[in-house]
Amino acid sequence: MLEVQGLHAEVNGVEILKGVDLSVGVDETHAIMGPNGSGKSTLAYVLAGRPGYEVTAGSVTFDGEDLLALPAEERARRGLFLSFQHPIEIPGVRMDHFLRAGYNELRKSAGEEQLDPLKFDRLIRNKAKAVEMEPAMTKRAVNEGFSGGEKKRNEVLQMAVLEPRLRILDEIDSGLDVDALREVARGITDLSVPGTSTILVTHYDRVLSYLEPDQVHVLINGRIARSGGRALAKEIEERGYDWLEAGAGV
Amino acid sequence: MDIGAQGRAGVAAGVAAGGGPPPPAPPPPPAAPPGLSEEIVRWISERKGEPEWLLEWRLKAFRHFMDLLGDARLPTWANVTHPPIDFQSIRYYAAPKPKLELESIDEVDAEILKTYEKLGIPLEEQKRLAGVAVDAIFDSVSIMTTAKETLAKYGVIFSSVSEAVKEHPELIRKYLGSVVPHSDNFYAALNSAVFSDGSFVYIPPGVRCPLELSTYFRINAEGSGQFERTLIIADKGSYVSYLEGCSAPMRDENQLHAAVVELVALDDAEIKYSTIQNWYPGDNNGKGGIYNFVTKRGKCAGDRSRISWTQVETGSAITWKYPSVLLQGDHSTGEFYSVALAKGRQQADTGTKMTHIGKNTSSRIISKGISAGHGNNTYRGLVKVMPKAEGAVNFTQCDSLLIGDQCGAHTVPYIEVQNRSASVEHEASTTKVSEEQLFYCQQRGLAREDAQSVIVNGFVRDVVKRLPLEFSVEADRLLEVNLEGTVG
Repeated sequence: MLEVQGLHAEVNGVEILKGVDLSVGVDETHAIMGPNGSGKSTLAYVLAGRPGYEVTAGSVTFDGEDLLALPAEERARRGLFLSFQHPIEIPGVRMDHFLRAGYNELRKSAGEEQLDPLKFDRLIRNKAKAVEMEPAMTKRAVNEGFSGGEKKRNEVLQMAVLEPRLRILDEIDSGLDVDALREVARGITDLSVPGTSTILVTHYDRVLSYLEPDQVHVLINGRIARSGGRALAKEIEERGYDWLEAGAGV
Repeated sequence: MDIGAQGRAGVAAGVAAGGGPPPPAPPPPPAAPPGLSEEIVRWISERKGEPEWLLEWRLKAFRHFMDLLGDARLPTWANVTHPPIDFQSIRYYAAPKPKLELESIDEVDAEILKTYEKLGIPLEEQKRLAGVAVDAIFDSVSIMTTAKETLAKYGVIFSSVSEAVKEHPELIRKYLGSVVPHSDNFYAALNSAVFSDGSFVYIPPGVRCPLELSTYFRINAEGSGQFERTLIIADKGSYVSYLEGCSAPMRDENQLHAAVVELVALDDAEIKYSTIQNWYPGDNNGKGGIYNFVTKRGKCAGDRSRISWTQVETGSAITWKYPSVLLQGDHSTGEFYSVALAKGRQQADTGTKMTHIGKNTSSRIISKGISAGHGNNTYRGLVKVMPKAEGAVNFTQCDSLLIGDQCGAHTVPYIEVQNRSASVEHEASTTKVSEEQLFYCQQRGLAREDAQSVIVNGFVRDVVKRLPLEFSVEADRLLEVNLEGTVG
């Protein structure tokens, strides 16, 4: 589904990604781990097409299509979803209005009929209930005044409505206590219908006990220093990243 | 309701012919020669068949204006720049190309209809929009009034000022200039001398006006200044909502617009005045565009009265405008909700004055300024609490949104409190449309331009939601259209 080859990218002239290779198949869950500043979030942003994150070499294909040639919104319309580590506040814009606009863009792009406000209201209510969120929350401004947990839950709600095929979850566990994490993780699992792939970007192992990865990759200094199974994440939890950094010549 | 059935296109011609019925063939368009003189003021007054007292009223204002002009006492305090205005090169009165009475909407000038369509409200649709009576002003003289019968049933008077001068001279004489006297400021003096026409509204005691009253202004004739004069009186316990919307076609030369709007609310009366202003702003180099120098003021004359101004200002090269409220009656309330957009080379210096005079008066100010391109936006507001205004309460919130890094936003709040019991609050913020916000929207499927519209619409929500529904839709669209091409 997603093929990343020799990806180099820079931000403000500073090279952050220095040759990343990654292959994510259908129905797979991959964890990207790494110390702070290793380029995890940059990788997530580059895949999602954030302006200002410049790819200098390498390629990324999504279902065989050159992803890097597409603006961010076109990637979203093709089924790529990024759950933000720090979801953005948009004052004055109601969540349901915002999400309906995005939802209808996706439908339009897929050649499907757009939903009117009434029909969409029914949809978002059901989805909110499914991810255990108060439907009333969807009438509030996007992330404005939301707690850390509410923001993360709101990301899951958007995922539930937009039904992406590739989900990139950037530090979905940050700022969540154990109970909130369990609920958010359950929401994500429930949404994992066949045909869905997931990239989990995380610093810690704990989220992986809820969302079992098929593969774990450790990103060190802009490159994948090691890949392995669930055991690799456990090893990192015990030993930290130092031993891998040493091996990567940092 | 049948718009057009009450067409008034023949009124100007009829007046010119001495008040008789409209002549079978329209005379050539009456227009004043350029320049300002006592003769011109007399010419306008005579042309409109005005009574002697009104001519005197105009002349007094004219002399005052000439004194100010002679001493070069033009207002200079606003944060705007423009080349000096040659007041002798302006044509002070231009009536529209006269037409016979309009049988149906099809007879309305295609140019006007095009402008309405640009605004998103085709006039045809207005026919079906229940509850809106339209009084369209084309080059200073009303050409169409609607729903007069419904209004008449309630005793509501909604007509042009010229008409009201003839039919309700006692009201005009009592209230014209009672809120904005000719001596108020430079442009008010000019307007009082040469005002062409405008709308007059009177709501009788206890009547809740059954329709939203709506006027569309349009500037058309090249080189003609526009000097509207609007007067709205809400008698005791009455209510009226008045909508004013404007647009202008492309122009290469600057056009001066100096309107005066006066509102009077008696005991327990409420006036809601909503404006959408979308005049030609000039090109991206700052060439052309309307100079919009307007004096708008309401007087809460009665106890428990309420006046609320809501404006969405997207057009004009320069906007110089401070819709204000004099809170004279005890327990009266004044409100000002504003969205001002300055893009390209536009300059907006706008805000309000809330003058607390009576006891337990309150005022609320919410101003949202958007600056893009090389636009320059200034909020200027005065909250004044007079010595006897016990228990005055004010809340002010001024937010500025910047798009790009070439624009400017300024907030200039003045607060004068002369009574210790007053409570005055001021909040201000300046934010930029951030790259993060744009990206977040894009990641959910919105194109970058749409993302910016969404963010801007959110920013102005608190103000736009106070507009009547059809106006709020139009306001969102106007902002969208006006911000096209500004996203980075």
